[in-house]
Amino acid sequence: MEDEQSFSDICGGRLALQRRYYSPSCREFCLSCPRISLRSLTAVTCTVWLAAYGLFTLCENSMVLSAAIFITLLGLLGYLHFVKIDQETLLIIDSLGIQMTSSYASGKESTTFIEMGKVKDVVINEAIYMKVIYYLCILLKDPVEPHGISQVVPLFQSAKPRLDCLIEVYKSCQEILAHQKAPSTSL
Amino acid sequence: MGLVSRGTAAAGLGPARAAVRPRPPDAVPNLISTPPPEGAAPGSSRIPSMVLKAFFPTCCASADSGLLVGRWVPEQSSAVVLAVVHFPFIPIQVKELLAQVQQASRVGVAVLGTWCHRRQEPEESLGHFLEGLGAIFSHEPWLQLCRERGSKFWSCKATRRQVPTCPATSGEDQVMLVFYDQRKVLLSQLHPPAALPDRQAGDATASAVGLAAVFDTVARSEALFRSDRFDEGPVRLSHWQSEGVEASILVELAKWAAGPICLLLTCLLSLVSAASACRMFKLWPLSFVWSKLSTCEQLRHRLEQLTLVFSTQKAKNPTQLMRKANMLVSVLLDVALGLVLLSWLHRKDRIGQLADALIPVADHVAEELQHLLQWLMGAPAGLKMNRALDQVLGRFFLYHIHLWIGYIHLMSPFIECILWHVGLSACLGLTVALSILSDIIALLTFHIYCFYVYGARLYCLKIYGLSSLWRLFRGKKWNVLRQRVDSCSYDLDQLFIGTLLFTILVFLLPTTALYYLVFTLLRLLVVTVQGLIHLLVDLVNSLPLYSLGLRLCRPYRLAAGVKFRVLEHEAGSPLLLLMQINPLSYSRVVHTYRLPSCGCHPKHSWGSLCRKLFFGELIYPWRQRGDKQD
Repeated sequence: MEDEQSFSDICGGRLALQRRYYSPSCREFCLSCPRISLRSLTAVTCTVWLAAYGLFTLCENSMVLSAAIFITLLGLLGYLHFVKIDQETLLIIDSLGIQMTSSYASGKESTTFIEMGKVKDVVINEAIYMKVIYYLCILLKDPVEPHGISQVVPLFQSAKPRLDCLIEVYKSCQEILAHQKAPSTSL
Repeated sequence: MGLVSRGTAAAGLGPARAAVRPRPPDAVPNLISTPPPEGAAPGSSRIPSMVLKAFFPTCCASADSGLLVGRWVPEQSSAVVLAVVHFPFIPIQVKELLAQVQQASRVGVAVLGTWCHRRQEPEESLGHFLEGLGAIFSHEPWLQLCRERGSKFWSCKATRRQVPTCPATSGEDQVMLVFYDQRKVLLSQLHPPAALPDRQAGDATASAVGLAAVFDTVARSEALFRSDRFDEGPVRLSHWQSEGVEASILVELAKWAAGPICLLLTCLLSLVSAASACRMFKLWPLSFVWSKLSTCEQLRHRLEQLTLVFSTQKAKNPTQLMRKANMLVSVLLDVALGLVLLSWLHRKDRIGQLADALIPVADHVAEELQHLLQWLMGAPAGLKMNRALDQVLGRFFLYHIHLWIGYIHLMSPFIECILWHVGLSACLGLTVALSILSDIIALLTFHIYCFYVYGARLYCLKIYGLSSLWRLFRGKKWNVLRQRVDSCSYDLDQLFIGTLLFTILVFLLPTTALYYLVFTLLRLLVVTVQGLIHLLVDLVNSLPLYSLGLRLCRPYRLAAGVKFRVLEHEAGSPLLLLMQINPLSYSRVVHTYRLPSCGCHPKHSWGSLCRKLFFGELIYPWRQRGDKQD
């Protein structure tokens, strides 16, 4: 079952949340961030090239222009491959674990998988950063202390959705996590 | 890569080789309601909320119908399927094979269920036959996987024979199918490694938790994968090696030749280390010189590494094996780069050019120093120096430089010969050549080092004198016994002389301080250049190139974890997932497999360094191994 909804992030940009319910024990949430805009790309390139041309008129060395082109290309490739995240996906599988995937604009995907045995809970936390923002995070169990928390893993860090989107994801995750905490019905 | 099929004797299969006939379906005994569990997993306890996960190898997805053989992990409610046993078979021989594998690998291998790969319409007799097998090989829960040929959807059933206490739950569990690539999972190594398996207890359960248990099971069940379909065994298995056991002639030859080569090299290396540990080298002047030269340090480090690599003991765990491989690759790269440098030096008579350029450069440096001293003896930067002290110090240092230039000119006929022989040492490795370069720089700038020591000692004396006389002004004294400042009453003549000396020292301070500053800066410049060379040597020494190459070419070998992908899914059929290996990131690879370096790096923090500079204490930028802590 697939479902798509439109939300906004904390800066006001548009986000698209795609939900896929594969089975009662497996769900996937896919948040698409706003794509790289042509306007900002053109602005940055023009600035760099104007600065390089200014430097060229000063020192009369054409190497400056080639270097500027080289730097712009490398910078763009580096930005697309290491910085710009297009999509963030959360896959939650009952009794296996939770998987977070970030896909970059160049196609690179970076995945982290956390086993269900380590997950204590999925909660929405409040943070104060110039204003109050909410973020969804996974609490990991502490192997030493049974009721302690060893680590907090924040989710959707580059998409940064608002509270309404987070509540939808939170409710779905809790439905699946409830299976873990349900007391045994037989035996 | 040539395919060499292993002899069946190695497979350790049962002795009976006669052609086996399958039992006809009607000879199957009737279903017994509660059969005694034999060979089943000891803890059939189940966490009811967990979905049953069946890990299925991708290579068996196209295999013919048969029995599923693997391990059941009750804590995670997961069944790891290792192989498929095809018809025809005799149940006794299957049980014997499983017992053999269990003994060899200490993994609780058992028959988990049935696998049905239908070609045409479902065959009724086969269905009954498969159900009947559940009575012979009883296992809780009994898996039944079925696939239509050409269809992407599978059907999975897991039944339990135990009578449920609560009537609401049915005897069937929800099943999730996870495909995994058996070869990759077998060869990969998880970082951080799971808890080591219990070797002493001898029981089959590994203490690995979670998905590490799957990796552990597959890795330890190598005994099951030793036979392929060309072997004439009583039981026909299907697994990742069933199309032909993988082997390479080059690897086999290398393994066979490694033994004698390692022995020979170990003998040679022990001879070299015995020669270097000879008593003659321990005499005082020589041992002092050896400890100061970084070349000797580097050679010793390399000798240690080579001894470790060529030792005849096998590596105890994968980490040690990686370390050995990294060291070997590092040494080979070093020697290769050294040979490149050597060929570059000997081309176009570069050594001659270098030797011709060396003396003028040394002369130029000495001249610049003389200019500097003339400047200091005048009115440097507009400051007014004390004339007498200035002249004394200036002339003292100028005489030193004059001696130094004379010495360099004495050495000039032999420079080319020395350089040629030193250039030959590059064939021992680039790091050795760089260490020699660093030592040559240290020797050529020895006069700067001497000047720094003189200036620092003079300045240090002055500072201590000043601080002691300052305490005298305030009527205090340093108590050596109690290591603190105490008050003290001085006589009038003591105070008078103290004040006089204090005034003299204060007015002579700018001159000494300026000389100290100039020579300290020069010394720091030389130390920075040497430090950069050492950094480069350290980089070549400690970079784990084999691990990086492995991460580039075979990323599944170094696993940080796993990742899942949902395959085709349809409502009503069980969930199909694909488990892939998530490789380690390059920074983690370097961090985990870094080779230990010489340890020649600065031991001071910036704060203590500044403090030492202010008080005129001598700084030794790096400590060689074996130096006592000051």
